[in-house]
Amino acid sequence: MRLYFKYMSILFKSQLQYRTSFWLLCAGQFFVPFTVFAGIYFLFERFGKLPGWTFHEAALCFGVIHMAFSVSECFVRGFDAFSRLIVRGDFDRLLVRPRSTVIQVLGSNFEFTRFGRMLQSAVVLGIAVSGLSVQWTPAKIITLILMIAGGVVVFSGICMLRASFCFWTVQGLEVMNIFTDGGREMAQYPLDIYAKWVTRFFTFIIPFGAVSYLPLLYILDRTDGPDLLYMAMPLASLLFLAPCLAVWRVGVRHYRSTGS
Amino acid sequence: MNAPLSLLKMRFLMGLQYRAAAAAGILTQLFFGLILIMVYAAFYTHNGEAQPMTLKEVVAYVWLQQMFFALIVLWQFDGELFELITGGNIAYELCRPWRLYPIWYAKLLAARLSSASLRCLPVALVVFILPEPYRMPLPTSPAAFLLFTLALLSGLLLVAAISMLVYISVFWTMSPVGSVLMIAVAGEFFAGMIVPVLLMPGWMQTIAGLLPFRWMVDFPFRVYTGHIGVQEAIAGIGIQMIWLAVLAAAGQWLMGRALRRVVVQGG
Amino acid sequence: MSLITLQGIGKSFKVAKRSAGFAEAVKALFVREHTIVEALRDISFTVREGEIVGYIGPNGAGKSTTIKIMSGVLVPDAGTCTIMGFTPWKDRVRYVRHIGVVFGQRSQLWWDVPVIDSFELLRDIYAIPPGIYRKNLDMLTEMLSLADILRTPVRQLSLGQRMRCEIAASLLHDPAILFLDEPTIGLDAESKIAVRNFIRTINRERGVTVILTTHDMHDIEALAGRILMIGKGTLLYDGSLSELRSRYGTQKTITVDYKAGASPIDVPGVQCLSWSSGRAVYTFDSDRIDITDLINRLSAGGELADVEIGSPPVDELILRLYKEHRV
Repeated sequence: MRLYFKYMSILFKSQLQYRTSFWLLCAGQFFVPFTVFAGIYFLFERFGKLPGWTFHEAALCFGVIHMAFSVSECFVRGFDAFSRLIVRGDFDRLLVRPRSTVIQVLGSNFEFTRFGRMLQSAVVLGIAVSGLSVQWTPAKIITLILMIAGGVVVFSGICMLRASFCFWTVQGLEVMNIFTDGGREMAQYPLDIYAKWVTRFFTFIIPFGAVSYLPLLYILDRTDGPDLLYMAMPLASLLFLAPCLAVWRVGVRHYRSTGS
Repeated sequence: MNAPLSLLKMRFLMGLQYRAAAAAGILTQLFFGLILIMVYAAFYTHNGEAQPMTLKEVVAYVWLQQMFFALIVLWQFDGELFELITGGNIAYELCRPWRLYPIWYAKLLAARLSSASLRCLPVALVVFILPEPYRMPLPTSPAAFLLFTLALLSGLLLVAAISMLVYISVFWTMSPVGSVLMIAVAGEFFAGMIVPVLLMPGWMQTIAGLLPFRWMVDFPFRVYTGHIGVQEAIAGIGIQMIWLAVLAAAGQWLMGRALRRVVVQGG
Repeated sequence: MSLITLQGIGKSFKVAKRSAGFAEAVKALFVREHTIVEALRDISFTVREGEIVGYIGPNGAGKSTTIKIMSGVLVPDAGTCTIMGFTPWKDRVRYVRHIGVVFGQRSQLWWDVPVIDSFELLRDIYAIPPGIYRKNLDMLTEMLSLADILRTPVRQLSLGQRMRCEIAASLLHDPAILFLDEPTIGLDAESKIAVRNFIRTINRERGVTVILTTHDMHDIEALAGRILMIGKGTLLYDGSLSELRSRYGTQKTITVDYKAGASPIDVPGVQCLSWSSGRAVYTFDSDRIDITDLINRLSAGGELADVEIGSPPVDELILRLYKEHRV
C-alpha cells in the first residue's frame, strides 16, 4: 500500500541521519552470516558432501533462507521491536489513528541495515547458481522467488506471534528467538538431514519445509509428481500467517479491555 | 575488600536476577546444540572416519560451547560502558579514586560469570541424559576434568582481556558497533566458535594457531575430551597465561593513552 | 444536541498484588493474587458541541481512563458512550478520524526528521485531501508561529516548540473534538499563554469541542467554562467555574494601601491578615459583608491610596472542593 511506502521513506530518512553507524551495522550484517557460510564451505571441503546434497545445492538452500530472513528483518522490524513500543506506552497512539494496527505496527520500524545480510544472501545465491547444473526455466525462477516470499511470510508470522505475546507479558519473550534465529539456523540446511520430529514440526507447524525444502527438490529436478504442486507449496505459508493474525487480534482486544 | 573485587561481587549478584532471560537462554542453547549436532552427524555419515576429531568429540565440543556460551562469546555489548566512552561522562569516572582498567575488567568478568552460572547447570543436567548420539560424553579422566576447569577459567580471563581491548578501541573509533565488529567477527571464527579449529582447512589452522582466540575455546574444550593430553594441557595453560599478560599489559597501556587524550581534549 | 454522551460508564482493573518477603515471592511464582481496582464508577455526563471542558481530579482519580474510553482506546466494563453517533471502541477506525488527541508527555511526531515530514505522513494516514491539508497547514503555521521550525527535526526543538507542533499535528485533519491530556505540562510561561490563546481561538473560530485534562489551574481559568471533577472514580462536580466561585469563592481578601499614618480599623466579621504602616490586608465573606460598606469603614482609618479585592485562586477553590468530597 502507498501508506506503507510513506512510512518506509520517513524512517529511511530517520536512519540515514546516523550515517557511520548505519554503514557499520550494514557491514556487520554482511560479515556475520558470511562467516557462517564460510564455515559451511570448509565443512563441505572436508567431508565432501551431506547425505544427498552437494555444496552448491546446500548453498542454494542457505541463500534462500537467509534472503527471506533478512527481507523480513528489514521490513517486519515493527513487530520485532514491538516490545519497546508497548513498554513506552506508544501503542495508544496507534489506536487513536484511523488505520489498522497491523499496518501501523509494520510501519513503525524498519531496519535498513539488514541490507548487509541481503547482499550476503545474494552473493551466496550467486555462488550456488553458478555451481549448479540446473536448467533455469521461468517456472523454476518463479519458484525461487516464491520460496523467498514464502520464507518472508513464515518469518513475519513468527515475528507477529512474538509481538502478540507482549500484550500479556514482556518477560521471557526471547524464547521465541528459537523460532526466528533458531528456525533460520536450522532451515539453512536442507531439512532432510535432521531427525524426523524436527522435519515434521518444521514442515507442518512452522512451514519452513513447504517454503524451502519441497520447492528446492523441484528446482533440483528430484521430484516426481505434478510440478505445479511443488511450485505452489510456498503459498502454504499463508496458511500459517492466518492464525498468527488471529492471535494478534486477540492480543489487541485483550489490551483494550485491560488497559496498559 | 578492594574496589574491583567488590564490584565483581556486586555485578555478579545483580546478574543473577535476570532469571527470565536465563530461562529463555537455556532453551535456546539446547535447541541450537541439538540442531548443530544433527548437522554434524549428517556430515559425519560421509567420510567420518578420516577426520581429526571423532563425532563424539564434536558432540562434546558443541555442548561445551552451548553451556559456557556466556563465558566465551566475544559479541557482547555492555551498554553502560559504551555510553561512558562515547558520551563523555567518562570525566566522572576519572574523578573516582581507582584505576579504570581493573574496575572495567571486573565488571566484564562478573557479567559473564553470572550469565553463565545461571545457564550452565540446567543445560548440563539435560545434556548428560540425552539419548545417543546427542548425549554429552563424560570427561576422559579426573585429571582431564581438572585441567579443563583451569583452562576454561584462564580462557575466561583471556576473553575478558580481549574484550577490554574492544572497549578501549572505541575511544578511537567512537563506534561501538565498528569496534565489536572488527574484532568479534574474526575472533569468533578463529576461536573455533563457527567451526572447530581441527575441522578447518590446514592453512587456516596455522593462522588460528598464531592468534590468541583459540586459547579461549578450542584449547579448553579439547582438554576436556582428552584430545589434548595432560602434559600438553599444562603447557597450554602456561601459554594462556603469557597471552593474558601480554594482552592485559597492552590494554592497560592503551587505556592510559586513551584517557590522557580525553583529559587533554577537555571534558 | 449533545455531541458527547456518557451514561453509567464503569471500568475496573485487575492489579497484581505485590507482597514482600521470600515466602510470598515464591508463592507468587505459582499463584498470582489480584485485587480489583474500580477505576471508574457510574460516570455520566454530556458535552455539547463547541464547549471547552476542563477535566480535573487528583492523580489516579480516573481521568486518563475516561479519556482513553472516549478516544476508543479502552473498552469499558459497563455503561454506554455515544460520541457523534459512534461508540468509540466499537467503531474505532471510523470514529477516530474525527478526533484529535494530544498526550502531554508522549510525542506523536517522528523524532529524527523535520516536523513537516511528520505532518505529511499524518496527512497520508488520515487521507486528508491536498487542498484542505494545505489550507489547514497554512492556518496552523500562522496561528502557532511554526514557520521557522517546520524544517527542524523534532529532537532539536524545545519543549514549547514541540508542543505547538504536536497541537498543530492533531488538528491537521479537522477533528470535531480535541482531547488534550496535560498539554501545558513543563512549558515556560510564554508557551503556556500561546497554547491557551490558540485553544481559545480554535474553539471560537472553528467550533472545535475541547476536552482538557490538567493540573494547572491557570489553564482552567483561562479556558474552561465548564469543569468536570473526578475523584476516586466518581464524578464529584459538574458545573461552571463561576458556579464554583460562587459556592466556594466567597472568601475574599481586600488589600488597602493608606497614604500615610493610618490606624488599624476593627470591623466585625472581618479578619485582619496583616498590618503595616501603609498596607492592611483583611479577609471577609463577600456573601455576608457588603463591599461598599467595608471600604467606607476602612477609609475611616486614613486616606486610601489603593484598594484591591482579590478572589481566592482557583487552586484554593479546587482544594476546598476536594476537601468537601474527601479525596
